Amino acid sequence: MTASTLDVPAPSGAVGEPVLEIENLSVDYGYTDDATHVLRDVSLTLHRGEVLGLAGESGCGKSTLAYAATRLLPPPGLITSGSVHFTGRDGQRTDVLRQSDAELRASRWQDTAIVFQGAMNSLNPVYRIGRQIADGILAHRPGMRRKEAWDQAASLLEMVGINADRLRDFPHQLSGGMRQRVMIAMALALDPQVLIMDEPTTALDVVMQRQIVEEIADLRERLGFSVVFITHDVSLLIEIADRIAIMYAGDIVEDAGAQDVYRRPRHPYSAALLHSFPPLRGERRELTGIPGSPPDMQKMPPGCPFAPRCAHATDVCRQVRPVLGPTALADRGGREAERSVACHLHDADLEGIDGTLPTDLAR
Amino acid sequence: MAQDTTFTEEQAAPERAVEHDVDDPRRAKRFLFLRNGKALTGLGILLFFGILAVVGPWIAPYDPNQVSADLLQPPSWSHWLGTDHTGRDILSQIVVGTRGVLVVGLIAGVSATVLGVIVGVTAGFIGGMGDETLSALSNVFLVIPQLPLIIIIAGQLPTAGGVTVALVIGITGWAWGARVMRAQTLSLRKRDFVEAARANGERTWRLVLAEVLPNLTAIIAAGFVGTVTFAVMSQVTLAFIGITPVSDWNWGTILFWAQNNLALQRGAWWWFVPAGLCIALLGMALTLVNFGIDEFVNPRLRSTGMNARLLRRRRIRPRIGFTPVLRTPPDGRPDVGTTARTTRKERS
Amino acid sequence: MRFAVRRTIFYLITAWAAVTINFLIPRLMPGDPVTALMGRMQGRIDSNAEESIRVLFGLDTDASVWQQYVDYWGLLLRGDLGLSFTFFPTPVSEIVQQALPWTIGLVGVATIISFTLGTGIGVAIGWRRGTWADALLPITTFFSAVPYFWLGLIAITVFSVTLGWFPSSGSYDRGLVPTWSWEFVGSVIYYGFLPALTVVLSSIAGWILGMRNMLVTVSSEDYVTVAHAKGLPERRVMVGYAARNAILPQVSNFALSLGFVVGGTLIMEMVFSYQGIGYTLFQAVNTQDYPLMQGCFLVITLAVLGANIIADFVYAALDPRARQEG
Repeated sequence: MTASTLDVPAPSGAVGEPVLEIENLSVDYGYTDDATHVLRDVSLTLHRGEVLGLAGESGCGKSTLAYAATRLLPPPGLITSGSVHFTGRDGQRTDVLRQSDAELRASRWQDTAIVFQGAMNSLNPVYRIGRQIADGILAHRPGMRRKEAWDQAASLLEMVGINADRLRDFPHQLSGGMRQRVMIAMALALDPQVLIMDEPTTALDVVMQRQIVEEIADLRERLGFSVVFITHDVSLLIEIADRIAIMYAGDIVEDAGAQDVYRRPRHPYSAALLHSFPPLRGERRELTGIPGSPPDMQKMPPGCPFAPRCAHATDVCRQVRPVLGPTALADRGGREAERSVACHLHDADLEGIDGTLPTDLAR
Repeated sequence: MAQDTTFTEEQAAPERAVEHDVDDPRRAKRFLFLRNGKALTGLGILLFFGILAVVGPWIAPYDPNQVSADLLQPPSWSHWLGTDHTGRDILSQIVVGTRGVLVVGLIAGVSATVLGVIVGVTAGFIGGMGDETLSALSNVFLVIPQLPLIIIIAGQLPTAGGVTVALVIGITGWAWGARVMRAQTLSLRKRDFVEAARANGERTWRLVLAEVLPNLTAIIAAGFVGTVTFAVMSQVTLAFIGITPVSDWNWGTILFWAQNNLALQRGAWWWFVPAGLCIALLGMALTLVNFGIDEFVNPRLRSTGMNARLLRRRRIRPRIGFTPVLRTPPDGRPDVGTTARTTRKERS
Repeated sequence: MRFAVRRTIFYLITAWAAVTINFLIPRLMPGDPVTALMGRMQGRIDSNAEESIRVLFGLDTDASVWQQYVDYWGLLLRGDLGLSFTFFPTPVSEIVQQALPWTIGLVGVATIISFTLGTGIGVAIGWRRGTWADALLPITTFFSAVPYFWLGLIAITVFSVTLGWFPSSGSYDRGLVPTWSWEFVGSVIYYGFLPALTVVLSSIAGWILGMRNMLVTVSSEDYVTVAHAKGLPERRVMVGYAARNAILPQVSNFALSLGFVVGGTLIMEMVFSYQGIGYTLFQAVNTQDYPLMQGCFLVITLAVLGANIIADFVYAALDPRARQEG
């Protein structure tokens, strides 16, 4: 973790200050004692103006994290502990998890907007897209006239490269890429500070993926919001993200700058994940999958959840669950000191760990 | 059938909600159905009536046709449910009549389901013009009001005994099942395993028997239960309006005699209330079984561990759009099951 | 306008099928009950009417089936449904014409009330899952399992025999002359209240359950979550996003189950001796009045078809995807 989790009010809107701080968030599926613990004590900080990538295999909890932080997780999701602090432009710091329904409703879309996975199902099929953009605006701007909201919707559409006369179209009249653009336009309607994008490009073809990603990068440049970009496609993240958090079985296992994760992964899982995608640029290398499959969240082993699939696992890995902490190379200083990893290999104090990392994790 | 409305094309599609990141607990699916309280209650009631249908004539205290001097008696120790206008025992009529109701329901249910499966699966599988024709046919049968159709057919038959009526109901009542089956077959046909089997050169009839039908079991069961419900209602209605022979005992016949002998005006509630309650109970049992199947097929309808009392105690209100947050008691964090973990920062 | 064309073709086919079924039924039946009745009526039927009954029931065995079919259509298109045996010598078409408005008034109004109310309650229950509202479900399940006519019997026992609030049979005060006077209309409403209430009570459960299940399903669609994420007021999410989409299958189910519902509610007319088509059909069955039975069935089917067409228009108005051309 970076030092920014300290309880200090941030100066208004300064770049680099935390805007969304998730601390020790735990989430269950199910309300009974045998509920599945899908997130355990997850902490993550998003800074102002930053693009944070959240990656991992499907089922690792990355979407759950995003939906829990916005309290949009559907039943039987249950947040059992933790806090999610949002810092507004005025420096006001609020815990989203302690807000009343009315407060939460009022802050949604203004503070944090979301672009959902699969734009096909994210748009109400029976309303014109103009109406769907406008009703989000009108809900937060009481007294605004319908006409004004529609005008604003028109300029939002133009901003994402769609002709304004499409406002009167129904979702089924648009192509997949256009629908995703509409979703982005809709999400930016109230000039939010945080934009959560849940696999926004998964359903699109490669050309469209590229266009959308460039669109997002460009809009962020102009509007200055922060992005949480969720995807299983790590190579895409390296292109767009400033920082990447890798998730595995409901835990964040590595949190570092995008280029650092890419060039110098410190967690065996990150290294393995990177090797299962072709690199976008640079030298060719052999692709290797990750042997085995993610653990059953219902029956989690006591130690490190990755241990059964890990080439470097030791006895301690199978007994004690590692937590996020500094890397073994933190003495190198600089950016290395800012990264964190949840792996016993980095903890020389432990029995059976000699403190020297395997070569592929020590670059 | 209005109670079957949950099975539409939209719903027959596989679940694809927000990525939950975690699969439903992989429990033995087969037992899930039996664990469903609703389905279990329904099956229990059905079992009761089933036994009654088998042993009814032997355990009935009187011959249902035997007239006696106790005319229109309210319930008493000798006649638990009273007597009718000619002194016949009503309890015996109900007990003996159970068999007639269940047999007709079963025959009609089986024949309609078989027809529905044949038409529906064929339509869904062959596609093209054949599909169009068969779908149009089942839609026509859906739109034509069944009960009046059954009434005019049964009314013109020289004798409309139980089996005849059952077959008439079966022949007119298959359309709903066919429609549901077609939709489901269509979505199945596009799935990978069917495509794979087809690519392997599997014969069509084998493909249908081995790959498609087993995946339709739940839907077929639901269709069957729905048709049985409809058949029971239709048959009782036909008996009530006097189209089927009034000497065949079933619950509708009792109501026929009651209605035609002014039981209502005479205040003889014991004559028509118990028979109606039996019909309602049987209908409810069938509906409950169908609910069980519904929830089995459509997990969104299932209330996952939503024990109302437990939720109230933990102050959780599950709803969409506002994930409940467990309020921490003042003495510390509730135990969420994770082993206590000290951070490495603290140690170092 | 492909949607409209497709539907029109479908309705034409259905109408044709209903007429053809009507044509076939008496011809497929074993025995010849009509000939026997004709024998009894000997000399009282004029030759013209006798001819149409012969055509309607296929008594002309010398003519080919095709010729019979053509003649049959000819009669129908002239509006000739034969003569009623019971109400001899009134033409069937006349009896049906008198009965139909009563049925449309009673069953139509009650069905619309039931659908609207049931859909509304279904939304309320489906939206508040896991609260006290779920307790309504077992009650609705019970009502959905009760045969319509039995509920009618109970209603008569309670409200007219015991309490004496409403008349137990008939459709208006026989002492009044049918005119558009307040007194007469009031009487019609008074007499119709109990049957209508029973129709609503017995059919509403199906709509409640159907809408509740649809709403539960639709509520987990992404666009509902998006609506929540947009911070829309809860009412807007419920009505504009969840219910607005859940009602689409509800409307198409309405069209499809109309035949079923109408069949059940017609029995109600029999219980209440309400002078509509259902009661007429009941009388025709009891007196073996075959021409009247056939006529009633044909009219009921066509009426249901008409209601289906209206439901289709409503659906097209609600769903932009159905209106799409091509």
